[in-house]
Amino acid sequence: MPEPVLSVRELIVEIPTRHAVLRPVDRVSMDIQPGEILGVVGESGAGKSMTGNAVIGLLDRPAHIAGGEIWLRDLRIDTLGREAMRKVRGKQIGMVFQDPLTSLNPLLPIGEQIEETILEHLPVSRDEAKARALAALEEVGIPAAKDRMGAYPHQFSGGMRQRVVIALALCAEPALVIADEPTTALDVSVQAQIIALLKKLCRERGTAVMLVTHDMGVIAEAADRVAVMYAGRLAEIGPVREVLTNPAHPYAAGLMGSTPLASLGKRRLNQIPGTMPRLGSLPDGCAFHPRCPHAQDRCRANPAPPRDGRAACWFPLGAEAVA
Amino acid sequence: MNALVRVAGLSRIFDVSAPWLNRLLERKPKAMLHAVSDVSFDVVEKSVYALVGESGSGKSTIGKMVVGLLSPSDGAIEIGGVDLNQTTDKDALERTRTDIQMIFQDPYASLNPRWRVRDIIEEPVVARGGEANGLAESLLEQVGLSAADAGKFPHEFSGGQRQRICIARALASEPKLIVCDEPTSALDVSVQAQVLNLMSDLRDEFGLTYLFITHDLTVVQHMADTVGVLYLGRLVEEAPRDALFEAPKHPYTRMLFDAAPKLDGFGREVDPPKGEIPDPINPPAGCAFHPRCPLAVDRCAVERPEMREVGAHRVACHLAK
Repeated sequence: MPEPVLSVRELIVEIPTRHAVLRPVDRVSMDIQPGEILGVVGESGAGKSMTGNAVIGLLDRPAHIAGGEIWLRDLRIDTLGREAMRKVRGKQIGMVFQDPLTSLNPLLPIGEQIEETILEHLPVSRDEAKARALAALEEVGIPAAKDRMGAYPHQFSGGMRQRVVIALALCAEPALVIADEPTTALDVSVQAQIIALLKKLCRERGTAVMLVTHDMGVIAEAADRVAVMYAGRLAEIGPVREVLTNPAHPYAAGLMGSTPLASLGKRRLNQIPGTMPRLGSLPDGCAFHPRCPHAQDRCRANPAPPRDGRAACWFPLGAEAVA
Repeated sequence: MNALVRVAGLSRIFDVSAPWLNRLLERKPKAMLHAVSDVSFDVVEKSVYALVGESGSGKSTIGKMVVGLLSPSDGAIEIGGVDLNQTTDKDALERTRTDIQMIFQDPYASLNPRWRVRDIIEEPVVARGGEANGLAESLLEQVGLSAADAGKFPHEFSGGQRQRICIARALASEPKLIVCDEPTSALDVSVQAQVLNLMSDLRDEFGLTYLFITHDLTVVQHMADTVGVLYLGRLVEEAPRDALFEAPKHPYTRMLFDAAPKLDGFGREVDPPKGEIPDPINPPAGCAFHPRCPLAVDRCAVERPEMREVGAHRVACHLAK
């Protein structure tokens, strides 16, 4: 096995509040190999964005990393200081967020924004940076890139803006890209373009990608492996085909079953009863047990640890109960 | 089969010009945005008609015109035989208006945060001078909440629960038609499943007709009986659900289906669609889709295709067979 680009080990993120300390991310571990796309899925509040933000060191106070380690190749990044982290961000980790308008500076032409990023992170001259910025824009498919270097973000459509953001994320040739719901704000046809682009560029360069989304279809098409999160914990992680077609965790199974595509031709959709618990009132044991059709006493007492990259469940589906 | 809603030649134009002083100084012409152009369709009673399209296709504008939140620039909308914009019969107008309700996309924005749930749900009845004894409580139970929730405020509920409150409010006036504008787009999949199931159940129970507006093809495939596909303000294809999903006739519909992510599309390398939706202020001549269409011939750039019947479909494409 090659050395993973990103290795998250037993990561814990905590938010102290007046009443209690909340744990939006609770002992999450995951590795991403070079050139691999790891999908992170879950519903709102499952902790998927919070995990991504912890990796890039952009947790909003008072949220902070309270335990675990984050390794970028052989550099431990969760303990880096602000200035050192700022150098890592952009150079070694690129970011693509949901809303391209908020990740671009509205007052600077896009060409200048990309140049600035390149100059900050790579030892090149201004002319060289300009040439690279142009090449980056051409690569992401901005038509007439040369003429549009001087254009401002508001002069682009949503899809084109997201392309600019991808160019910005990749221009310093990072080893890892964190894409947090990169296509949620876009139309289907544009979404297909952006996903194809992200896939192509990362394959070509061997960039590792953490793709955070709630859209199972996007995960199926883009990801190599998928991590399913529930209430801040990892429910299941594994190869995308295996997890999606043959989920072992009852929550992953319920999530797959409730997408309209999974119950085609049926009068009713399969639904998971109840709602995800709030962080302040997590049940004891496995966080999913009150909604789980297979829950037993053991689930109510202790949460199952994620085992061997498979489901964090005492009684995984499709397997005989493990003693 | 009775049509509950008849939409004929519906158009809506928005004036999006710069302020007159800017126009004068910068010599800019007036800018008109044709949000909806010449759209006609019927919604059969007790069926679900879905309008799909990407942003800017005019689907929400049509929904707003059907409920009467916007007036059409041209064309007619008849609901149960009454044209709300033409009729002078006050009684018929009142009666028809109570027959129409709407559910909006964002359950955080469509409930008044200062009102109790009881007042919110009873408003459609109370506003017309009706009696609402215990109505909110019974409706809350019908949508899967508890009667005790009537005294609470909207902020005490989650997104899915709020959407249930919106549905209860829509049911209060015993409507025949509910226009649902992206009712589950703001919800997580597992909550979406709950809300869609609830909507199906209520439809059976009350004999409701839904006009469903959404961009999500999977939801359409699950809910709709008939589907209309919009592109740049025009209806490009309309067909019964199964016929449409099995064999889409319009190249745009085909492109939309191909681009939608598939659950079993592991590692699928899609040939992504070309281009983006053009500027609706200056739409392309001829068929609006021709610059992106893989099949386009010279005729498409000049002559706009009329809606015509091809099998069970209605298609606006010169080449559809």
